[in-house]
Amino acid sequence: MSLEWMAWTLPTAIFFATIAALLIAMTVWQASAPSIERRGLLPIATTPGDRLFLGLLGSAYIHLAWIGLFDLSLWWALVISAVYMTALMRWG
Amino acid sequence: MGKWEDNKAWFLVLPVFLLVAISAIIPLMTVVNYSVQDIFGPGDRIFVGTEWFEDMLSNRRLHDALWRQFLFSGLVLLIEIPLGVLIALAMPKRGWGVSVSLVLLALPLLIPWNVIGTIWIIFTRPDIGLLGVAINGLGFEFDHTSAPLDAWITVMLMEVWHWTPLVALLAYAGLRAIPEAYFQAARIDGASPWAVFRYIQLPKMRGVLTIAVLLRFMDSFLIYAEPFVLTGGGPGNSTTFLSIYLVKLSTAMDVGPAAAFSIIYFLIILLFSWLFYQALQNVGTGDRQ
Repeated sequence: MSLEWMAWTLPTAIFFATIAALLIAMTVWQASAPSIERRGLLPIATTPGDRLFLGLLGSAYIHLAWIGLFDLSLWWALVISAVYMTALMRWG
Repeated sequence: MGKWEDNKAWFLVLPVFLLVAISAIIPLMTVVNYSVQDIFGPGDRIFVGTEWFEDMLSNRRLHDALWRQFLFSGLVLLIEIPLGVLIALAMPKRGWGVSVSLVLLALPLLIPWNVIGTIWIIFTRPDIGLLGVAINGLGFEFDHTSAPLDAWITVMLMEVWHWTPLVALLAYAGLRAIPEAYFQAARIDGASPWAVFRYIQLPKMRGVLTIAVLLRFMDSFLIYAEPFVLTGGGPGNSTTFLSIYLVKLSTAMDVGPAAAFSIIYFLIILLFSWLFYQALQNVGTGDRQ
């Protein structure tokens, strides 16, 4: 089966592999130490899975805003996203 | 919460996972791959990074289509949800009227979407259409092929006629599921009809209304077939909604920009669906916190 039609590139492969790895890691984490919903800085009670979703969604918007508003390197958006996600997972 | 004891049930989810992988995840990954490349043909492509995203984010026509789309979906929700609830409240609760109203409501939902466009083209034609001739006969000039406002009114009318029944059916199902005891208690307390609606019917309909709002938002945000058949996105660009513009892009073989556009589109829908879901989950639960 040829996968040429999917037009894979190295950056997108790394991107999806990272997300898959995150999901697997979160599943293992949940199985070994079951989490409960809690309220942090966000106005709603969230599970770690909810916070991961919000982190990824927010990161996507951070990258889009960076592309739309600034001419600087996209790596800065990645750094901001990483900080945002870490903070959200920890205190969100 | 205890540990997972029996994980066999997860195997039952596997078929769904495979289906979703083939119908959604793999296409989505492909779109992401396309969005960072300039594709000339099979095996002939170059990596362009975020160029298409920069193009799309500064594209005036996309901005216009986006605002038009928000206006459209906002109006759809503002009209269809209250109207659907009102219809459900007015529907008979027993007797032969129930079946008659259910069948009448279901009719628009059974018609194929492109046929709906065709029906409304003929219905609103100023020369032979029932509605078109009637409005012009009243002295108003009405022609959805040349006046943007008329085109908008026609598309909104069509959308409301087509999808309000879905909201009404969902709300009716929610209303019928409320135990009679609640209403008896309300009568004993001498509650007004408004109080019954506000404190019994509306909270009890939260679940079905969540589904109705999510379905109507996502569907109206993705609307394609009906306005495409009815107006083709015109006159000018006045009814070119996001999906119509997206198809114009992708049929011009600009798969890279179209893919970048699709991802932005997807992110907007994801964000708004999540917001609506959260908002509706928390409606009326303020006393629990």
